[in-house]
Amino acid sequence: MTKLTDLTISAARDGLNGGDFTAVELTEAHIVAMEDARGLNAFITETPDIALERAGESDGRRKAGAAVGAMDGIPVAIKDLFCTEGVLTTAGSHILDGFTPPYESTVSGNLRAAGSVMLGKTNMDEFAMGSANITSYYGNVINPWKGKDGKDLVPGGSSGGSAAAVAGRLALAATGTDTGGSIRQPASFSGIVGLKPTYGRCSRWGIVAFASSLDQAGPMTRSVRDAAIMLGAMAGHDPKDSTSAPVEVPDFEAALNGDIKGLRVGIPKEYRMDGMDPEIDKLWSEGIDMMKDGGAEIIDVSLPNTEHALPTYYIIAPAEASANLARYDGVRYGLRVDGDSLDEMYANTRAEGFGDEVQRRVLIGAYVLSAGFYDAYYRKAQRVRRLISNDFKKAYESVDVLLTPTAPSAAFAIAEKMDDPVAMYLNDVFTVPASLAGMPGISVPTGLSHQGLPLGLQLIGKPFDEETLLKAADVLEAAAGFDGRPA
Amino acid sequence: MTYILEGDTGDWEVVIGLEVHAQIISNSKLFSGSATSFGAEPNTHVSLVDAAMPGMLPVINEHCIEQAVRTGLGLKAEINLVSVFDRKNYFYADLPQGYQISQLYHPIVGEGTVILDLDDGSTREVGIERLHMEQDAGKSMHDQDPKRSFIDLNRSGTGLMEIVSRPDLKSPEDVGAYLRKLRSILRYLGTCDGNMDEGSMRCDVNVSVRKVGEIELRNRAEVKNVNSVRFAMQAVEIEARRQIDVYEDGGDVIQETRLFDSVNGETRPMRSKEHAHDYRYFPDPDLLPLELTQEYVDNIKATLPELPDERKARYMGAFGLSAYDAGVLVAERDTAQYYEEVAAGHDPKLAANWVISNLFAVLKEKGVGISESPVSAKSLSKLLDLLKDDTISGRIAKDVFEIMVAEGKEAEAIVEEKGLKQITDTGAIETAVDEVIANSPEQVEQYKSGNEKIAGWFVGQVMKATGGKANPPMVNQMLKDKLK
Repeated sequence: MTKLTDLTISAARDGLNGGDFTAVELTEAHIVAMEDARGLNAFITETPDIALERAGESDGRRKAGAAVGAMDGIPVAIKDLFCTEGVLTTAGSHILDGFTPPYESTVSGNLRAAGSVMLGKTNMDEFAMGSANITSYYGNVINPWKGKDGKDLVPGGSSGGSAAAVAGRLALAATGTDTGGSIRQPASFSGIVGLKPTYGRCSRWGIVAFASSLDQAGPMTRSVRDAAIMLGAMAGHDPKDSTSAPVEVPDFEAALNGDIKGLRVGIPKEYRMDGMDPEIDKLWSEGIDMMKDGGAEIIDVSLPNTEHALPTYYIIAPAEASANLARYDGVRYGLRVDGDSLDEMYANTRAEGFGDEVQRRVLIGAYVLSAGFYDAYYRKAQRVRRLISNDFKKAYESVDVLLTPTAPSAAFAIAEKMDDPVAMYLNDVFTVPASLAGMPGISVPTGLSHQGLPLGLQLIGKPFDEETLLKAADVLEAAAGFDGRPA
Repeated sequence: MTYILEGDTGDWEVVIGLEVHAQIISNSKLFSGSATSFGAEPNTHVSLVDAAMPGMLPVINEHCIEQAVRTGLGLKAEINLVSVFDRKNYFYADLPQGYQISQLYHPIVGEGTVILDLDDGSTREVGIERLHMEQDAGKSMHDQDPKRSFIDLNRSGTGLMEIVSRPDLKSPEDVGAYLRKLRSILRYLGTCDGNMDEGSMRCDVNVSVRKVGEIELRNRAEVKNVNSVRFAMQAVEIEARRQIDVYEDGGDVIQETRLFDSVNGETRPMRSKEHAHDYRYFPDPDLLPLELTQEYVDNIKATLPELPDERKARYMGAFGLSAYDAGVLVAERDTAQYYEEVAAGHDPKLAANWVISNLFAVLKEKGVGISESPVSAKSLSKLLDLLKDDTISGRIAKDVFEIMVAEGKEAEAIVEEKGLKQITDTGAIETAVDEVIANSPEQVEQYKSGNEKIAGWFVGQVMKATGGKANPPMVNQMLKDKLK
């Protein structure tokens, strides 16, 4: 029999329903794995007691023949950006020291209502700002994958702890959040599936905000089917979030019928960038062939404003962040470093509480919004954002989904790119455009690099058409037959 | 009348614009479900949103939107069907989010008008530039402890309407008339209680001065912390005089924010830190643009009450009241309602006189508002009934009214009790007239020799003999007949 920690959600669900094992057994196996793999630093807070309690409740429901949820008894990890009632929530930041929310985020609450079992809170880049999980106050996360040289690698970011937990078999799945690629890029670096839903599909209520117009929660799993199951449990309209879309949640899993005959797959020429890693190029070509073999029609499209996406993102996201992070002032919760005046207390608290990357982005954000610069930066970025959105809308007149690489490289070593923020920002070059346009995107592992590291391809779908996106991803996943796993 | 301040270098005039912050009447806050009542224990009306806990999101209170639209319509203003909420960023301990949600670029209400009712009975239009919705901040309390400041977040997130006038005001009197009229409109509409002493209506006064005849505006000072109509009028006078002195001493007035100090009768600059803000406004990404339909606006319009200006016009037109009387009666909705209850079934001018002359004097003496009047509208109306059917004379009515005020009794009971009913019995009046004539041969002689002015003296004597109760027209007629 397969090890309990190697199961997918769908297989574990069948096993639980068939009585092959209990939720408590499944959970215990993961608690042991979590403890054994502490060297990865994937979790900031482990919650084994909560996990066992909820697993016991789940077993009780099954035993009593009561109704069970879509994720009943499934052990999952929750990114530490989601507020969890009674459990320390840090956003990877020193400034939220000791912050234990008296409320549960809508998404983690939905997952709990679906019966899932929370194993703990995963490490992440501070306030979700980063692409390598090296900005966390709680230390960097180590990718369970190793290259041939055996160096410690980054798991990607910002949902690096979640990616490492899922790839390292410490959780069957995990929540992530994606602002410019924070689900998809670490999924690609860690050889797992990561889905960023359409903006508005999942409620943002109770998720520590980074950039409100971009932030979106999504599942990180080991199969496309699992992503479909988990998205169904996370999504839904929430009146507490004004940007949450009042749309029905379809049965995403039912959309996975393997039939992509006639599906129009767009290949955006602007994503074939100068100096692109030939390995990535090759991976992409192979992906195109797989879709073609599955019966899809391949169509070349143009997204002409792609090159402006990254600079646009690095104006809008920091601008919003500069305001969103203003509430961390030492007055009401978290860290306070005293000073002789209110202003000094603010300065001391924020200087000590925020790391370098967060401070950099708050400063960039304040700068682009300040008098005299607003029009040149923020307002212009908003206009370009609209153009980028229009590019996608236009492309979707002739195609159903787009296929691109997820990230420009495989996972890199922990010390690399540390001193060069712009090189780090380039990690998001393929994921940021869909974020700006609010489109759903999914990363599927399809191959290995020459170093034996996982590489993912990204499919981008139409707004609120995650069903088609998942169906295409399911076919790509099956064709790629990716079965690599960390040693 | 033009308000001119004399200086050493010539005559100066004052240009004033007001920014009024009016707290929206609503059970809950602008973006959260917490209650809004005044005077509760500190930090008892605070939701997770109001305290800006991590991950909390604002959701617009639809009632506040309706109130803002209602106010816009009451100010005869254009309603913008699309408006946008912006974040105004600044750090302060009583501003938990680190930004105030406001509407800078696209306010919900555009240009409108307020009509001033001036003391001489004339009117003048003042332009409204805009009305936008915004959140109030909490309160910092610096006087509770020698070393620490305390924060009360009860007010944090409460909905405000900021109503910005054009610089159309020219004197302290204008400012008083504007604030009173605006407050009256808001109270008629039921969108703000207008209680300046509770802080639910606050104003910032923008003042500049210029030489009479100058076209260009000079630099202005924004005077804050003005929490009564009287203080607003004083602040204008004091600030205008200060600016004139600065110019006449060869200096320049700088554009700045100043605080009004009512105790010392001065304005002084706020510490530079308190106003040197770059607010870094940008659209709040947590909120979608606010889109209204014309139908929604029209439905609100259909439920607007009769406002003071329309009511005043009606009183002048249908009731024949003077502009001054009509203006006085409509200023407060309660007064107008009182008046209309008294006027029903009576001569509206007579009713107006009774309310303005007699009732107001009593209210002023007792220092109470019309809602605490010792004589209800119904009681006053009954008193006028007795006048109307000749049960009592006008002079007796005044006496009865005084007793009503003092003893709280109904007019009819007082008249009955004190035997104040008018004598309309011809026999009784005749007896009194005969007696007066018999006892006054000299005066009769004077009358007969052509001094008809003495007729008044006879009337007085008869009234005196009847304790004022004789019906005056009957006495007149009878005297005329008998002295012929």
